[in-house]
Amino acid sequence: MGETVDLSIWDILFSASIVVCLGILLAYYRLGITRTLFIASVRLVVQLLLVGYVLKVLFAEGKLVYVAIMAAVMLLVASREIMARQKRRLKGWGAFGLGASTLFVSSFAIALFGLMVVVRPDPWYQPQYAIPLLGMIMSNTMSGISLSMDRLTSALHDNRAIVEQRLALGETAREAILPYMRDCIRTGIMPVVNSMGTAGIVALPGMMTGQILAGANPTEAVKYQIIIWFFIAGGVGFGMAVSLRMLESRLFDKRQRLRLDRLR
Amino acid sequence: MKLCIHDFSFLDWRNLDLELDGPEVVCVMGDSGSGKSLFLRAIADLVVSEGEAMLGDVRRDSVSASDWRKRVGYLAAEILWWEESVGEHFLKEPAIGQIERLRLPPDCMNWSPSRLSMGERQRLGILRLLDRQPKALLLDEPTANLDAANVDVVEKKLLDYIRSNDVVAIWVTHSVDQAKRVGDRVLTMKDRMLSEAGRKDNAKWAKR
Repeated sequence: MGETVDLSIWDILFSASIVVCLGILLAYYRLGITRTLFIASVRLVVQLLLVGYVLKVLFAEGKLVYVAIMAAVMLLVASREIMARQKRRLKGWGAFGLGASTLFVSSFAIALFGLMVVVRPDPWYQPQYAIPLLGMIMSNTMSGISLSMDRLTSALHDNRAIVEQRLALGETAREAILPYMRDCIRTGIMPVVNSMGTAGIVALPGMMTGQILAGANPTEAVKYQIIIWFFIAGGVGFGMAVSLRMLESRLFDKRQRLRLDRLR
Repeated sequence: MKLCIHDFSFLDWRNLDLELDGPEVVCVMGDSGSGKSLFLRAIADLVVSEGEAMLGDVRRDSVSASDWRKRVGYLAAEILWWEESVGEHFLKEPAIGQIERLRLPPDCMNWSPSRLSMGERQRLGILRLLDRQPKALLLDEPTANLDAANVDVVEKKLLDYIRSNDVVAIWVTHSVDQAKRVGDRVLTMKDRMLSEAGRKDNAKWAKR
């Protein structure tokens, strides 16, 4: 094991100067996102510093109940994020519930599989393994789900007249929206497939890089990265299948009428 | 074939009643926004509605929505196309005689829909509708984009189908002349009510 270099507050401030320069450039072009960039940067610093302390406590305590609370918080925040990223989302609590239940059945199930069957730390919920594993699966699933659902609602909104004419000719709801459904699944899963295909050549994946920076043996780090990618692919793919199915059942009623009035 | 619409309500329209006995054409006239199109879409179960709709001895609620929609063929005012070629929209491509009778280009089944003119879209839309062999027709201005010669062939084609298959049709039109030519009865939709404006067997109406 090599020695690791600890970063000081000055190292972080020097790095921040890059973002400040970027902010000035964006302001010059009047893109109006300087403010957003600033807020995002501050959020990044505050959230990560806080989570650093939280994880420190969590790792020291190592109790299942703390891990469960952390996982629940992650689930709630990710569900809210899925909802917020929809241009047209279901009215009421539907959008939140849909995201939360989908994440729960896909990300949680795969993280549990990874912990109990594959990695098998002792105890199985050991936070050093459980939290990062769940986090990586869930963040990718979250992106895939929100992307594909947003795409489906937009496609149905733009093509509602076509969908209605297909229904009028006697097609079922499933038949009428199948082309849009296929397109959405492709959109959601392609980023993952592309990343898997170029992993190691174009980009060194983040988790593996982190382990290497922290002094881990690269040949061990890549093994973790490989299983993580398989878990992510599963989480995104199954999550999307479930979420699109649920969304479809909310967008059509019992008489197979397209109910865009259920979106806002 | 009989079509009974009884105590029918949708959106702001309440308690509409209409009975057709095939082969019969009922023309519906009325200002834009009077609810003619909505009425057709509600019968086709594309708009949420309450009340009874029955075609022959089949109640709407006793069959699946797609089954019902195959029986009552709804033709939208603007015909849309979504597949790569025109022919892919048909269950069984129409015979060349049918295509020529509607004055359409003989090879139009292989065309991309973007190549079709408005009038061609409308005439092919009617072939696409009849291709599903509906037992009732809900026609929303089926000749709106056609010139006089094409209006004539389309009217003949639809009336032929209606008479030879004992079909009923609700035919929305803005043309009084067309209503007189094709309609056995003419109704107007006004203030969310349907009322009879004339009948073919009423000489006074026919002459007006």
